[in-house]
Amino acid sequence: MPEKRELGRGVAIVGAGMSKFGMFEDKDSKDLFAEAFKEMLSSVDKGIDPERIEAMWIGNFSNDFFVHQAHWGPIISDLLGLAPRAATRTEGACAASTLAFRDGVMAIASGLYDVVLVGGVEEMSKCTTEEVTEGLALATSPYEGAAAFTFPGVFGALATAYFDKYGATREDLMNITIKSHNNAPLNPKAQFNKTIADLMQAKIKKAEERGKPVPSWGSEKEALGDPRFNPPVAWPMFLYDCCPISDGASCMLLVAEDMAGEFTDKPIYMAGMGQGSGRALHASPSLTSFEANKHAAAEAYAMSGLEPKDIQFSEVHDCFSIAELIHIEDLGFFKPGEGYKAVAEGATKLDGPMPINTSGGLKCKGHPVGATGVAQMFEVWKQLREEAGERQIPGRDLRVGGAQNLGGTGGTCTFTILERR
Amino acid sequence: MEERPLSDISYYRFIDEEKLMGSRCKKCGQLYAPPRHFCFECHRSEMEWHKMKGEGELAAFTCIFIGPSFMGEQGYNRKNPYCTGVVKLEEGPRVVARIEGVDAGNPDTIKVGTPLEVEFLRRGEGEETVTSLAFRPRSG
Repeated sequence: MPEKRELGRGVAIVGAGMSKFGMFEDKDSKDLFAEAFKEMLSSVDKGIDPERIEAMWIGNFSNDFFVHQAHWGPIISDLLGLAPRAATRTEGACAASTLAFRDGVMAIASGLYDVVLVGGVEEMSKCTTEEVTEGLALATSPYEGAAAFTFPGVFGALATAYFDKYGATREDLMNITIKSHNNAPLNPKAQFNKTIADLMQAKIKKAEERGKPVPSWGSEKEALGDPRFNPPVAWPMFLYDCCPISDGASCMLLVAEDMAGEFTDKPIYMAGMGQGSGRALHASPSLTSFEANKHAAAEAYAMSGLEPKDIQFSEVHDCFSIAELIHIEDLGFFKPGEGYKAVAEGATKLDGPMPINTSGGLKCKGHPVGATGVAQMFEVWKQLREEAGERQIPGRDLRVGGAQNLGGTGGTCTFTILERR
Repeated sequence: MEERPLSDISYYRFIDEEKLMGSRCKKCGQLYAPPRHFCFECHRSEMEWHKMKGEGELAAFTCIFIGPSFMGEQGYNRKNPYCTGVVKLEEGPRVVARIEGVDAGNPDTIKVGTPLEVEFLRRGEGEETVTSLAFRPRSG
């Protein structure tokens, strides 16, 4: 366990915004970031003159590959009318924007700036599925590429190790998919807005209309077990175990803690943050845990003085269903090998004792990779301010929420704890 | 004594020569495959080559139905998936490698813990030959 790490001065979030996530033919990265930024501005309760923003950090994984354009820092400062302020792009694969957030926090904590913008953006849908697969594979380790692993393949392998060690099965992963699909229709920003039951009904109706054989699924799990509904991608990862290809942007306004009252009476505070790095798949100390997660969590808990039991809900990086299971164990919410049982008992549902991915998660909210980290914190901000609408966690006095972000195949992991005081 | 630089390039050239090579820390004896410049245990950088026997067991695997384009060119697709995985070598380190001699279309028949032996997959001819590291269930 690291020593307690204290910031030079505290940091508060006083505004947050995100674009709708999805696949947009008629919107590019700038349009999406503008959408997020406008919402952020309007979310600042007492208003913000953008003139006050002193610098910005923008997470982006690989628009270089996806839309053949790099150097997103100044493109965003130019877009927002904020040039010539410092604008830096951060890259940490799918954790890119949490790294932007961290840099913003550290810049304020150091005393360098008082008011900064952090966020992220990614535009993936202009590529074919094959191109996106190739682009994402840039974030695996070189060894995995040589062994013909794909991104879903790495997570598939982790799932077989987890199944073998703890006795879980594909059905246990289906619980995660079904839960995410139940939360997503309650989130107007989500890419998908249908439950698995809705999707089954739609397929049945379509078959009836076309005079085709009508599927006779008795349950959601039966449908998810039918390869016509849910084809294999990288066994045991099937289509519904995988997050989609998405476009989107997210951003937040960070200020020095002692200035928060100028902007809002409901600030959300950065209580603790941590970041870890991981080895290539073959060299990982465990195939059922991410060492980078544990390091990040230990740092975040040490900084905040909080423990896993203090975290009331969390967004976690469910790029694949098995990842959610590993994360909730690595973060200490459940013991190793116990996560899948807790999920089966409903512990992670919206009205369960430890709601996970109330936003619908990456699986359903969407995963424009560079935007995801700050978008996770956007959800925590909404929940802590009791502004999450239909998906507001019911009947709880929410004080502390977490956001866990993963880049690559565990090469970068972060955990951030946000708090309402 | 093998004098080639401890590098990924050397590691893959050894595979071309049908050798699975790792590195051994001269200070603490820790073994690594592929080779490393720096020891994770004692953080020294005095390493020497160490030849691995090429036996181990399946630690994790996946059967890939949607693969990269270079696998598609070899005839792998949704109807003809391939298996790749993590192999725990008898000497201790794990490596990633293709898994041959298993029924990738029926992943339920593939079991973690299966004893494996190394196999070097060759394709192409002459200077175009590409050799890949693979393992298959141990015979006998």
